[in-house]
Amino acid sequence: MDDLILKVENLTVDFAEKHVLNDLSFDVQRGDFLSIVGQNGVGKTTLVRVILGQLKPTSGKVQFLPNRSQVKIGYVPQFRNIDTEYPLSVKDFVALAFSGFKLPWLSKKEHQRLNEVLKETNLNAISKEPLGRTSGGEKQRAYLAQALVVQPDLLILDESTASLDPEAKESLLNVVSDLNSKHGLTVIFVTHDIPLAKKFANKYLFLRPNNYEFGPISNLNVEEFWKGQADV
Amino acid sequence: MFSFEFMRNAFLASTIIAVVCGVIGVFVVSRNMPFLTHTLSEIGFAGASFGMFIGISPLNGMLLFTTISSVLVGKMSSGSVAERREDTISAVSALFIGLGVLFLALSNSSASYATNILFGSIVGISASEVHQMIWLSVIVLIVTLFIYRDLKFDSFDAVGARAQKIPSGILSLIFLVMLALSVSVAAQIVGALLIFILLTLPAASAKYFVHSVSKMIGLAIVFGLVGVWVGLTLGYYTNWPVSFFIAVIEVVIYFSSLIYNHFVEG
Repeated sequence: MDDLILKVENLTVDFAEKHVLNDLSFDVQRGDFLSIVGQNGVGKTTLVRVILGQLKPTSGKVQFLPNRSQVKIGYVPQFRNIDTEYPLSVKDFVALAFSGFKLPWLSKKEHQRLNEVLKETNLNAISKEPLGRTSGGEKQRAYLAQALVVQPDLLILDESTASLDPEAKESLLNVVSDLNSKHGLTVIFVTHDIPLAKKFANKYLFLRPNNYEFGPISNLNVEEFWKGQADV
Repeated sequence: MFSFEFMRNAFLASTIIAVVCGVIGVFVVSRNMPFLTHTLSEIGFAGASFGMFIGISPLNGMLLFTTISSVLVGKMSSGSVAERREDTISAVSALFIGLGVLFLALSNSSASYATNILFGSIVGISASEVHQMIWLSVIVLIVTLFIYRDLKFDSFDAVGARAQKIPSGILSLIFLVMLALSVSVAAQIVGALLIFILLTLPAASAKYFVHSVSKMIGLAIVFGLVGVWVGLTLGYYTNWPVSFFIAVIEVVIYFSSLIYNHFVEG
């Protein structure tokens, strides 16, 4: 399989002798829109942290293809410490991702990319507003823009839509879906929102306390998911 | 006023300090470190009295103590929760203030010298001390320029920086050492007790008017310069302490910026 970007093999993560993830295997191909679903505490965020390299697995491996250094990851978390007095404008917040030991000011190419991403995420009109004073949906789009500005190969949305109203959720995922279909951006979307997963993803990984399911999104059984939630 | 060499030295020194504090202050405020800055200034007091005790210059004593303790605080509180960091800083602060009092007593210095260390003695600065301050400031500015983009990312969006694998630990350590150098330099003008005025208030005021890091740095430098220049001039004509005027000016700017934020930006 030439177009694999991520291969997870026999992954186990234990916390205090309890399996949080147990012998998990799945793979992600370039251009996939994979939705990771499951009830609270089943290990979704743990899996994301292992993929991001922030947590070492107990056993098994996470392999990027062709290798980790050639796969750029964009990450959009659910929470960030942005209060109403946060001073940076939306544009300056997005530009923070141009990091590294370079000249302090942005190059012409970086300016171009910044403007491109602000347009793609519909943030042009509010690019000069302080981020702290924007709405929840606008903030999430700014987080998304920051993850996208470095042109990632793989975008991870970790419950990024959880705190948004239905309209803002759709608006955010429409942007991501557009990039996925037009530019082949690979997406991993962690969510509780099954209708949203069904609408946008092409594959799913359903994590349960003792097992998991992985397959095309059409196989995801909504009733079974809600039954699992009710058991909790 | 400028016919006196001590006033020329004082203006040159305070200009350098306002620039360094403007640059470093923006990161002090965004990294939520005013308390640590205040502690470093107390440690600076201990270092200056230690310098007098062993017979080196107070500035070198300050540099020694603030640099060592900033690395210590950084190492002891790295990766811990905010409360633990504050507790660690309190403990280190208590130890160093005690040491400062001890060294001052052992060195048989007069009370007026202690007053100079604590509250500043800008008009007593010599040309050679100004030269040393210039060198230290150049080092602080060059290092900050070198790590500027990563420091900015880590200071204004730690979550995003962590996801992009920015080396946060080493950045924090470098920044703490730069902060220690800035504290030692700035203590020469406003004194150890009032150092946080220049390292926090101009930057804290600037964030209400502009919304990019470079503009915040620029405006923080302007606010700092207004404070030290007007403070020195008023101090010269009234014979009142310069630190008093600088403190009042910066506090007035800060409260004005809060009022501006409340009524204009809403």
